[in-house]
Amino acid sequence: MNAPVLEITGIAKSFGGQRVLHDLDLQLMPGSITAIVGASGCGKTTLLRIVAGFETPDAGTVSIAGKHVAGSDRPVAAHRRDIGYVAQDGALFPHLTVGQNIAYGLAGSAAKTRTRVAELLETVSLDESYARRRPHELSGGQQQRIALARALARRPALMLLDEPFSALDTGLRASTRKAVAELLAEAQVTTLLVTHDQEEALAVADQVAVMRNGRFTKVGTPQQVYLQPDDRFTAEFLGDCVLLPCEVTSGSANSALGRIPLRGPAADGPATLMLRPEQLVATAVSDDGAAGVATVLASEFRGHDVLLTVDPGGGTAPIVVRQHSVDPPAVDSKVRLDVMGPGVVLDEDPSAR
Amino acid sequence: MVTSEATFEPPPSAPAQSELGSDTAARPGRALSVVIAVLVAATFVPLGYVAWSVASIGPSRVYELVARPRVGELLVNTIGLVVVTVPICIVLGVGAAWLVERTDVPGRNAWRPLFVAPLAVPAFINSYAWVSVVPSLNGFWAGVLVSTLSYFPFVYVPAAATLRRLDPAIEESARALGSSSSGVFFRIVLPQLRLAILGGGLLIGVHLLAEYGAFAMLRFATLTTAIFEQFQATFNGAAGSALAAVLVLLCLLLLVTEAVARGNARFARVGAGAPRVCTPHRLGAMAIPAVVGLAALTALALGVPAWTVARWLGKGGAQVWDLGDIVPSLVQTIGLAAVAAVATTVLAFPFAWLAVRFHGALARFVEGANFITSSMPGIVTALALVTVTIRFVPPIYQTVNLVLAAYVLMFMPRAMVNLRSGLAQVPVGLEEASRSLGISPTRTFLRVTLRLTAPAAAAGASLVFVAVATELTATLLLAPNGTRTLAMRFWSLSSELDYAAAAPYALLLILLAVPVTLVLYRQATKAAAL
Repeated sequence: MNAPVLEITGIAKSFGGQRVLHDLDLQLMPGSITAIVGASGCGKTTLLRIVAGFETPDAGTVSIAGKHVAGSDRPVAAHRRDIGYVAQDGALFPHLTVGQNIAYGLAGSAAKTRTRVAELLETVSLDESYARRRPHELSGGQQQRIALARALARRPALMLLDEPFSALDTGLRASTRKAVAELLAEAQVTTLLVTHDQEEALAVADQVAVMRNGRFTKVGTPQQVYLQPDDRFTAEFLGDCVLLPCEVTSGSANSALGRIPLRGPAADGPATLMLRPEQLVATAVSDDGAAGVATVLASEFRGHDVLLTVDPGGGTAPIVVRQHSVDPPAVDSKVRLDVMGPGVVLDEDPSAR
Repeated sequence: MVTSEATFEPPPSAPAQSELGSDTAARPGRALSVVIAVLVAATFVPLGYVAWSVASIGPSRVYELVARPRVGELLVNTIGLVVVTVPICIVLGVGAAWLVERTDVPGRNAWRPLFVAPLAVPAFINSYAWVSVVPSLNGFWAGVLVSTLSYFPFVYVPAAATLRRLDPAIEESARALGSSSSGVFFRIVLPQLRLAILGGGLLIGVHLLAEYGAFAMLRFATLTTAIFEQFQATFNGAAGSALAAVLVLLCLLLLVTEAVARGNARFARVGAGAPRVCTPHRLGAMAIPAVVGLAALTALALGVPAWTVARWLGKGGAQVWDLGDIVPSLVQTIGLAAVAAVATTVLAFPFAWLAVRFHGALARFVEGANFITSSMPGIVTALALVTVTIRFVPPIYQTVNLVLAAYVLMFMPRAMVNLRSGLAQVPVGLEEASRSLGISPTRTFLRVTLRLTAPAAAAGASLVFVAVATELTATLLLAPNGTRTLAMRFWSLSSELDYAAAAPYALLLILLAVPVTLVLYRQATKAAAL
């Protein structure tokens, strides 16, 4: 059973003459969580709605569990797609109790339904007594968990989550997200999550697809997309970057920070080197005028860590170093910069447009 | 919302909306389109009738019929009535609303329902009340008096709702910029009441053009009373049709005037967040004339009808309660009103659906067509239906179906306004959630959409119910022989000057209208909570 649960090929969509999705391909393996991450308006929600059956693609096909649901002669209606769907605000039915909400899609005897509802409430770590409550009596986090329980009730082949945590406040968001990710992994439900929060995508997903202007700029594991982006947009979208001009020769980059090994192959010649700020360590040194000594220009205290703006010398633009906030080098002091791990050479042209 | 570092964007709720695009929800389905097309065609029956009859009578003959001294007199009466009554109603309505909502006038909470209550008294019952108090009352100023007392709440209700919603910070800013109390009222408060005043004024104008009973009883001739008499004399004569055409023109003129005056004014949206409760203006010594004024208005608008009905009931004693006559007509009225309310609400559903879920020229056109038809005087709608049925479907003529059709055309917006706001509160997301749970679109509609719209539908249906229960003009013209609604019985008894026997019917009509008044009162006060 290693066929993908969701297979998207060549999906394109326009609204009012404006192209919002361009020729998208994506595969979701059984039991995995895939996050589509991108800024608002990039088309990620439209893609999710196409998979759910709320929109019809202009071109391309969607298959869920080996069955063509869109792009064939007649698209399969949303209610026949065997999906679970959790909307941004949960979309709980206000006229039904929590229990009735969870049981909404279930058919069968009352007793069976009751057991299943109790089981699902337990799955989302809520007490059975919640079944009698009304949605408006729940907190935002609880509402999202009920929406998830409702979506899980019919054991869907594919779970679709549309920004399910964005309506929650920061603390609750992190804890709900962790709980949901664990629950989905345990239940082995193949999941497609749409989010604008790169941290969320990296934390939760097995596979991350970064989207920009209706195209995927990079699809891969969280480590791959974060540490090995192909272009500057993807690199900057997923986190802070240190960008340095360099000269690539035989698989390593020569820059103001010295010779740095590269992940993956790169053509020889001038290029842009990307490092994550946490790959750099600034250590205070006595000023002996030696080469490779940098100057701290500014220091921003951020609690758990500190952002240092450092002039590496030699005419290179200042770079940002992130390190733990215990005893950081003072402003104007001289530091030595050490690089941990390899860097990445960015592809400057096509999708940077 | 607090987000962690590297914030790229605000929470995506708003952009997510735009991402869905305007044509996300595809076109309305075929069945729905057909229903809407038929209904829209039906809404054009009254206007179509007028256009057709003018064309078939021929322009020169129409000119002959219209260019008569008698018609000039009717025009002066009708236009004069609108021009005099509407401003008086605006002054009374806004003044009362301002005193009640914005000043420390004693007994603020007691006054509130009192100025909505006149809506429970149909205008023709108000006329009956005044005529029996002052038997010599007749003509233009009598018409102005009775219609002012019957219709000023149409301005009071929206003005009071708007005044409660106005952010006091705006008035305070004007004060800080050096405006006096009256300066603030005329430069800040009044302009914000523009929509309430225009909307209320239009409603009053439309009612003035359409009212038959109230003016007939005061022996005041307007276009509508003249058309009614023409119809009774010559059935469907050319003279009546020509007068109907003039009436329709006046009505369209009113609609255009209101639309132009409204311009691009948007619904006054006061900044986000709950506005502070405003400090009421201190009236000081002016409190006494204010209370006297409010009390006088209440006495005239409510006291006179209440006293008249009570007096006649007292005089008539048990004798006027002819249950053999009253009970059948009550049952008939309730039956007719209930069927009309359900039919209107059901038929309003596709319109409301179209208006809420689809945005575009077509949706706006359908809404506009509906609004214009319902603004047409009931007598024009009735004449149109008589003509069309006699010509095309004679079996329907003189059946209850015809009068029900007239009710639907006349009172559709009352159901629609409520349904629209009800439907707007059912997010599309809920329907999608239901579909994602394996429930078909049809069953989703029944289990989610319909269920959540039910309260709004009930409010709309109750408004239609009362409108039908107290309707007189179209009922008199269209009801099949043997129909005896409360309004018809009241009308024939009071026309025979048997005021005592008419009193029980007046009382029942007022009691039937109480629920609608409560609905309106709730709407006026609820707006404050927004």
